[in-house]
Amino acid sequence: MSEPIIGILGAGRVGTALARLAVKAGYDVRVATAKPPAEIALLMEFTAPGAKAETAADLITASDIIILALPLRKYRDLDPALFKGKIVVDAMNYWPQTDGHLPEFDGAESSSEVVQRHLAGAHLVRGFNHMGYHEFEQDARPEGATDRRAMTMAGDDPAARQAVGDVIRRLGFDVVDAGPLASARHFGIGTPIFGAGISASDLGDLLKAVA
Amino acid sequence: MELGVYSFGDVQIDPATGGLGSTAQATRNLLEAIQLADQVGLDYFGIGEHHTHEMPASAATVILGAAASTTKKIKLGSAVTVLSTDDPVRVYQQFATLDAVSNGRAEITAGRGSSTESFPLFGHSLRDYDELYAEKLDLLLQINDNPRVTWEGRFRAALDDALVVPRPDEGKLPIWLATGGNPQSSVRAGMLGLPISYAIIGGQADRFAPLAELYRKAGAHSGIAANQLKVSVASPGYIGADSQQAKDFFWTHWHRTMEQLGKIRGFAPPPRWSYDREVEGTGALFAGGPEEIAERIVKLHGALGDMRQFFQMDVGQMPHKDFLRSIELLGTRVKPLVDAELAGQEKKENINV
Ligand SMILES: NC(=O)c1ccc[n+]([C@@H]2O[C@H](COP(=O)([O-])OP(=O)(O)OC[C@H]3O[C@@H](n4cnc5c(N)ncnc54)[C@H](OP(=O)(O)O)[C@@H]3O)[C@@H](O)[C@H]2O)c1
Repeated sequence: MSEPIIGILGAGRVGTALARLAVKAGYDVRVATAKPPAEIALLMEFTAPGAKAETAADLITASDIIILALPLRKYRDLDPALFKGKIVVDAMNYWPQTDGHLPEFDGAESSSEVVQRHLAGAHLVRGFNHMGYHEFEQDARPEGATDRRAMTMAGDDPAARQAVGDVIRRLGFDVVDAGPLASARHFGIGTPIFGAGISASDLGDLLKAVA
Repeated sequence: MELGVYSFGDVQIDPATGGLGSTAQATRNLLEAIQLADQVGLDYFGIGEHHTHEMPASAATVILGAAASTTKKIKLGSAVTVLSTDDPVRVYQQFATLDAVSNGRAEITAGRGSSTESFPLFGHSLRDYDELYAEKLDLLLQINDNPRVTWEGRFRAALDDALVVPRPDEGKLPIWLATGGNPQSSVRAGMLGLPISYAIIGGQADRFAPLAELYRKAGAHSGIAANQLKVSVASPGYIGADSQQAKDFFWTHWHRTMEQLGKIRGFAPPPRWSYDREVEGTGALFAGGPEEIAERIVKLHGALGDMRQFFQMDVGQMPHKDFLRSIELLGTRVKPLVDAELAGQEKKENINV
């Protein structure tokens, strides 16, 4: 993939922070919510100038990599047919405190495995989940910086992981590849990695310890 | 610029057991804190609705009503009222009553609240998180606009020309919208012409500058007068005479609270290096000595144009005397410094034009 178009679903804290970083990194960035684009155009102009507001359907069609940054309780609103063959980054976490109790996420598996089953035709990678949105910009550093932090990701399609890893690196973080989507449960809520904000070698050690 | 304090009613450690102490005592401690805040010239005290053993301030207007009789000038508000799980009619009546007994010092800050204990407590479902808030805010604003209300919604009985009393002498109550940084909330507050209160509890505080700009722009788009668009900032903070001691002291209590929260919500509490980064410069944690805190308040004011900043000091079972000492320093040391600096800036601007 030469220069992927990045589409972000959700214009909340996470969506706008990632949009800002991605614009800064030089990507073509599109953002959509469930509402008409006109309703978020002003919001984007101030929170992520340079990112384009679109309808969700247009965004999904146009984008090479689609980041899910909406509340997890809305995931069923996503139409699986539109996502066939797309690389999708699932940044959503299950917070029963605000999502309410959703029984399908009770089990031991990662919420991303449930989302992947819903978006069956997509190449889903879990990413951007284990850091607070306010840390995205605070901690982003150029490649090689000594205090650069790491993010991990997991997904069943190695090519998708490769593409998403490239984006994460360009946004300002080292990448520790956790492998198949089943490993996503090792860096979800309640694991030592969640919220830790650490270097690639420390993150790698933590992953090895639990895997 | 206004300065103030907010609290969820931090419970003390019981010296006899080493465990959590009395929730009733924590409530009485708040009365003492509000009275002192008024005496040292602070402008605002907010009680945040909370429903835990560690922080039991569940009935803000009762505490504020009692405080109204021992204070003279300080504004008394909520920080925040979890509007989604309350009845707007009752919220309005209580705050209008507070406004009457305090001679016009009551304010409401409506929000969703960062904790959601109130949902099961009052029989609401988190499934309706967004819808509950939107509907109840709509009703609350209608009641503020007009004593007689005709209204229909999903989550409470309809009102047919119902009278809601008492009414504030000033005609309306100040109703603030609280947000933790979701940009849509800034747009909403701007379009409604409501003052906005940013809860900035971690990271870099100046990341809210574009949101404040967005808020003002959204307001201007809807034809709201600029002087009606007010911004306030709520953030953790603690003032001690010595900068390093204040930072070390606040760390132990702030960290304990983050640990308690982290256990419930499943995140690792932030480490000391991250805390150290946020108690300086544009960081969100305002712990330190009076001079540096005054400087940081002024700096953030330059970025956000906020007309009020208020601090949550009593966290993680902080001894009551230390909470009081910090309130005193905010009023007697920080406030004069902030006033002087802002007056100086204004003078300079006047000379330049
Ligand atoms: N906050 C963090 O620090 C953090 C960090 C990592 C991951 N996460 C996860 O990231 C997700 C987003 O969190 P947030 O804090 O950014 O939430 P937020 O501020 O509430 O924003 C959510 C956004 O999603 C949009 N949305 C809702 N339904 C949608 C739909 N069907 N299609 C497209 N967009 C939709 C909302 O806009 P409309 O309602 O107007 O459509 C809003 O712009 C959550 O799953 C969260 O767990 C959060």
